[in-house]
Amino acid sequence: MMPEFPDAVVLARVQFAFTISAHIIFPAFSIGLASYLAVLEGLWLWTRDESYLKIFQYWKVIFAVVFGMGVVSGIVMSYQFGTNWSVFSDRTGPILGPLMGYEVLSAFFLEAGFLGVMLFGLNRVGPKLHFLATLMVAVGTLISAFWILSVNSWMQTPAGFAINEVGQFVPVDWWAIVFNPSFPYRLVHMVLAAYLTTAFVVGGVGAWHLLRDRRDRGARIMFSMAMWMALIVAPLQVIAGDFHGLNTLEHQPAKVAAMEGHYETRKGAPLILFGLPDDEAEETRHSVEIPKLGSLILTHDWDGEVQGLKAWSKEDRPPAAILFWSFRVMVAIGLAMVGIGLWSAWVRFRGRLHDSVWLQRAAVAMAPSGFLAVLAGWVTTEVGRQPWTVSGLLRTADSASPLDAAAVGASLVAFVVVYFAVFGSGTFYILRLMSKRPEAGIHDEIGPTRAAGITPAPAIDPDRVIRHMK
Amino acid sequence: MELDFPFIWAALIAFAVLAYVVLDGFDLGIGVLFPLLPGKHDRDVAMNSVAPVWDGNETWLVLGGGGLFAVFPLAYATILPALYAPIIAMLIGLIFRGVSFEFRWRTTRGRFLWDWGFASGSFLATFAQGIALGALVQGIEVVDRQYAGGWWDWLTPFSLLTGLGLVCGYALLGATWLVMKSEGDLQHRARRFAWASGIATLAFVAAVSLATPFLNPKFLERWFAWPTMIFSLVVPALVAVCAWGLFRGLSEQRTAQPFLASLGLFVLCYAGIGISFYPYMVPPSVTIWQAAAPDSSLRFLLVGAAVLIPVILAYTGYAYWVFRGKVDPSKGYH
Ligand code: HDD
Ligand code: HEM
Ligand code: HEM
Repeated sequence: MMPEFPDAVVLARVQFAFTISAHIIFPAFSIGLASYLAVLEGLWLWTRDESYLKIFQYWKVIFAVVFGMGVVSGIVMSYQFGTNWSVFSDRTGPILGPLMGYEVLSAFFLEAGFLGVMLFGLNRVGPKLHFLATLMVAVGTLISAFWILSVNSWMQTPAGFAINEVGQFVPVDWWAIVFNPSFPYRLVHMVLAAYLTTAFVVGGVGAWHLLRDRRDRGARIMFSMAMWMALIVAPLQVIAGDFHGLNTLEHQPAKVAAMEGHYETRKGAPLILFGLPDDEAEETRHSVEIPKLGSLILTHDWDGEVQGLKAWSKEDRPPAAILFWSFRVMVAIGLAMVGIGLWSAWVRFRGRLHDSVWLQRAAVAMAPSGFLAVLAGWVTTEVGRQPWTVSGLLRTADSASPLDAAAVGASLVAFVVVYFAVFGSGTFYILRLMSKRPEAGIHDEIGPTRAAGITPAPAIDPDRVIRHMK
Repeated sequence: MELDFPFIWAALIAFAVLAYVVLDGFDLGIGVLFPLLPGKHDRDVAMNSVAPVWDGNETWLVLGGGGLFAVFPLAYATILPALYAPIIAMLIGLIFRGVSFEFRWRTTRGRFLWDWGFASGSFLATFAQGIALGALVQGIEVVDRQYAGGWWDWLTPFSLLTGLGLVCGYALLGATWLVMKSEGDLQHRARRFAWASGIATLAFVAAVSLATPFLNPKFLERWFAWPTMIFSLVVPALVAVCAWGLFRGLSEQRTAQPFLASLGLFVLCYAGIGISFYPYMVPPSVTIWQAAAPDSSLRFLLVGAAVLIPVILAYTGYAYWVFRGKVDPSKGYH
């Protein structure tokens, strides 16, 4: 191969990691937000309490902005497999292609088809059909997560395939492919992650407004709902994460060894809390350890044997330092979320949920934590799969397109500049929307809402909608 | 009976791409025309006429790309690296215009920025798609299941010609769509745009049609050999009918006819390209059957497509139905 070829692969990896990391932020939020909107609209239809409709309108506008960014960054992903990972695409297309095809057919069209009705149509179709549209959007985001996580999981734990004469992976058993060994764990963990991410954003926004005005009814409802989610879902996430880790230990033990910072294979291995894994020296320096706990967590036995990275030859190991830290960031955030949930239960039990200034401050600080945890989790997952794109079968270095480094470098720079400019602006607009008081409703927003552009006040005027129904 | 799965899928992908071209064509066209619309009011109407449907329209592009990955992985793995620069440019264009639908309403001071983003993004995406089309028609070199050319090969006078042609074509779709969806002053203006872009589009269609047969002797053979020669007569005749329908509709102030006639033009040009292409997936190297994934993959996805595509068409139709009629921000929908 040409001497500059490895550079092109490195650049392609950086580009992929950058664009997918940007993308995942939006679905993580929109999966959760879509379900939350469905719940809010359902509550409104059920109780007729207008506060729910107000909160619904509040988050709907934010959802529209997030979703738009999710769509455009997602389209980049669906083409990037071909542009930058052509060998990978040719080899895995017969298996992964149909799964992504199903995602488009069963999820993306559903979301896109009903999104217009959900955003603009309340006044045109009436509340019942509108609720249906909201539900369809929520269901669509979940179906989307189902398929794409099946794709990703197959790359982690391939199953149900054969290899044909030109080197392509070809399907043998579709059931085994879709429900490959790591898929159920990854699906549960990711959907819970999306719900938690959203709950903490909603809780943070609610808390922010409560700190300024404790009587803001919208903020009280948001905050209370979010704290219930933290109490119930965060512990579930820790449990799901533990199961996920055990599954990874079974199928990708090298990844777990790197996450734990273990180089030596040992019985009764310690749990390394902190340290500096060094791949060159093959040891974790300055480690703070709890004896035997590592074996207990991973094998549920004080003296269980835990494999270390030295069990694999050097070119088959993932880089330990990144995994070690990304994993700890995620776990720390997960535990902090559990902590917030318990704290909220305690003050709620004492009837002071809306008065507890310190809890509210903590919730504001934790508002972006879900995104961090999601990114850290994905870095753990993906870097831990290295040096393979399909675990044990297709190397990353052999997956890339035959492109010049200059071409990939140019596109990478373009993506970085454009993403920061565009998604940076989007983030700014979202923060500005969030700084509006929930009680204020939609009428005094900055600029008309998009919906107002077509159907001015009536589209979003609850009285009119209610009258409409009578 | 043995079904020819690759052939069925080639037809389905062709349908998805056509659906994409005509649907996203009119909303990209609105973007291309955006700078020519003078005031905020007209721009609001133009943008709102496509805001509820653009995402659905663009999903056909994802189906085209994702579908290619699924059923013709070799085509996906060779065409995309070959067209690297235009594809990246298209994606970046789509980012700018896609977010503008939302961002434009989120700021007063910065609105001009997103107006600009919407227009230039739409233009860039359209131009890049046209260039990609031209480069594909010209042919892509494949050796050992890999693209074997350089990363500037797509840039030729022919691909620039198709690029500009597509810009005019989408502008025509956008203009006639606006004729249908707007009233008064804006409609009047849209009609003038439709005249201009209609004439330009036809000129480009003629130029591209004349140039194509000389790119590759195979195309020449196909267009002037029996029985495909029938198409060489029928397609231009039908193009003439559509052109007549378009200009007639414009001068008689009809609302829907110009748009429908423009759609007809697109379908015909598309069929013409299809005739040149067949049986290649990546001309001149890879045929439909060589590019196809194994039948087990094609069958698995076809089951879903057979059920889901009609459902998709049904609810997409419903969404268009909900937003039927003129757009007028002062009155709302009627
Ligand atoms: C709000 C987000 C969030 C939170 C609080 C957690 N995780 Fe997580 N984690 C994810 C979000 C996430 C993720 C982004 O969703 C990942 C990446 C891929 C995946 O399936 O889930 C992930 C991956 C992931 C993996 C990698 C599996 C693999 O690569 O095969 C493990 C072992 C865990 N998680 C374990 C945990 C534990 C023990 C947690 C709690 C203490 C935890 N996660 C909290
Ligand atoms: C389900 C969807 C996903 C698929 C199919 C997927 C696929 C891939 C592929 C093909 C690569 C190869 C490039 C490489 O090895 O460098 C990769 C790498 C990578 N991906 Fe993912 N990915 C997915 C989700 C994510 C998400 C959500 C993140 C978010 C943070 C992510 C982060 C990364 C990173 C950081 C790398 C680089 C690893 C390295 O080079 O060391 N991935 N992924
Ligand atoms: C490399 C991998 C990925 C590809 C190729 C991809 C592709 C896409 C595309 C094309 C869209 C836009 C759909 C539309 O037009 O409406 C999209 C949106 C979406 N994606 Fe991804 N995606 C990837 C990773 C992920 C991951 C890891 C998840 C979540 C687990 C995810 C979940 C979603 C969801 C829920 C949406 C719709 C909501 C939104 O737009 O924010 N995707 N993706």
